[in-house]
Amino acid sequence: MERTAERTVEKKKRSSILYSKTAAPYIFVSPFILSFLVLSLYPFISAINMSFQRVVPGQTEYIGFSNFERVFNPVFFTALQNTTIYVIWTVVILTLIPMLFAIFLNHRLIMFTNVFRAAIFIPALTSVIVAGTIFRMIFGESDMAFANQVLSLFGLETQEWRYGAATAMFLMVGLASWRWMGVNVLYYLAALQNVSKDLYEAADIDGANAWQKFRNVTFPAIKPIFIFLSTITTINGFRMFEESFVFFETTSPGNIGLTIVGYIYQEGIQRNDMGFGAAIGIVLLGIIFVVSIIQLYVTGAFKKEDS
Amino acid sequence: MDKKLTPKEKGIRLLLVLTFSFISLVALFPVISLVVASFSPSTDLMRFGLTAELFFSGFTAENFEVIFGGEAGAYWRWYVNSLIVSGVLIVLSLFFSSMVGYALALYEFKGKRFIFILVLLILMIPFEIMMLPLYTMMVNLRLVDTYFGVMLPLIVAPIAVFFFRQYCLGLPKELMESGRVDGCTEFGIFARIMAPLMLPSFAAMAILQGLSSWNNFLWPLIVLRSNDMFTLPVGLATLLTPYGNNYEILFSGSVMAIIPIIVLFLFFQRFFIAGLTSGGVKG
Repeated sequence: MERTAERTVEKKKRSSILYSKTAAPYIFVSPFILSFLVLSLYPFISAINMSFQRVVPGQTEYIGFSNFERVFNPVFFTALQNTTIYVIWTVVILTLIPMLFAIFLNHRLIMFTNVFRAAIFIPALTSVIVAGTIFRMIFGESDMAFANQVLSLFGLETQEWRYGAATAMFLMVGLASWRWMGVNVLYYLAALQNVSKDLYEAADIDGANAWQKFRNVTFPAIKPIFIFLSTITTINGFRMFEESFVFFETTSPGNIGLTIVGYIYQEGIQRNDMGFGAAIGIVLLGIIFVVSIIQLYVTGAFKKEDS
Repeated sequence: MDKKLTPKEKGIRLLLVLTFSFISLVALFPVISLVVASFSPSTDLMRFGLTAELFFSGFTAENFEVIFGGEAGAYWRWYVNSLIVSGVLIVLSLFFSSMVGYALALYEFKGKRFIFILVLLILMIPFEIMMLPLYTMMVNLRLVDTYFGVMLPLIVAPIAVFFFRQYCLGLPKELMESGRVDGCTEFGIFARIMAPLMLPSFAAMAILQGLSSWNNFLWPLIVLRSNDMFTLPVGLATLLTPYGNNYEILFSGSVMAIIPIIVLFLFFQRFFIAGLTSGGVKG
């Protein structure tokens, strides 16, 4: 009697939810499902919805496409232009230079690789605000600031860094490049560990020169990382806000530092024109989507041979 | 081995080492500059920028006297706020993300593929698109200007879910079965048997989450209103105006914000590197 009771208890326990192999994974992923629904899907749909509205507390109304019609104004195009230039520079700098650094850090003759690697990586630990503060001091407007002193040393004209379009772009690109260089070097270094030494030996036997070795042995091995980094850098570039904020806060002379996200912040948060801000966001999403597709197509990520 | 090097190879080695010494110096220069700046008169810095002379002129401790001497304004509040937000976020996001990643890797269930695709999808949609509705949500939930409001959008981090999943794919499933035989609950199997095996991934993700919330800027800037609730980056950014009078705090405070991170990095380099390059884990 007692035994069967025990067994049913045991059975009950076994079949209870705590022991269920079928229920467990759903319980484990439930935080994600919940956060996806509340913190991603709902805001996403809400953003689309908002972009068709004039959002005023108490009397929000649908206004069709007029937010989108307003988006394409000269200020937006300035922001788009700044952002695009920033994306192009950061993608070129942050995919090619780290590749070069990684290849040389992986050279059989180099020493102290770990020290160099750590030194290049340390900037990634700083926040944009702290890093930007010191950039502002190094690239100060006065003739005595370090960067200007270096320029004068070479007989060049000193710059008012934050007040010219080209130099402002230089500061923003420079700050981002400085912070991300080390991380990207590490990505390439990791990929380079997968290149088999035999292939280099075979190439040597065939009498391949350095360029041919890079073209046919090294690059194919690091190409996936190259594609990954150029995609990530593009997306992050279009999302740029902090690098501009730390130099200009929210207003820059002639909008030389305005980015698309900066424009969303200005319109959506500062001017509280949420509908318009949301519309800029949707346009941004469209731009990122189109650019990413083109990029993946051009870099050949869609080609069969890579899959 | 060194003895076999030809003169040409020795030359290449010297060239490489010299080049990378220079590159390392350039990389570290702003960090060194920041330390120099923190020991320099702050009003001079704001007026003239960082001049080469400051590297060699006498150091003053006045900036540190201000933040350690009771005139720090809200600086230490910001510090504590950042510690609280980062600390709680590390614990919560590791707990939830590891569970999700673990389930996605080691269980077979309906909808698994679909959920994984959702994880990848969120990874690719910029947060900034959803920022305004999220802000409205925080206003409605009365979470503006609260710790929870800053943390909420980051609690289940898709990048961490992704990383944990990839990591768990390499764990032995048989251990789960033997746990079941021993009468463990499914959660017990995760917490007592599998989680200890995931320790390196916990370390890497703790660093990634800790660092990104310590340095996070845009979202706290939007959600936080009062000076006393600011996190470090938001607080420090308020000092960056040309009309300020708290520049001492700006420089000594910036140093105090990054030095602990750099010290941690020197001790746990491996995990920092794994955490910050987690986006490239092979899928």
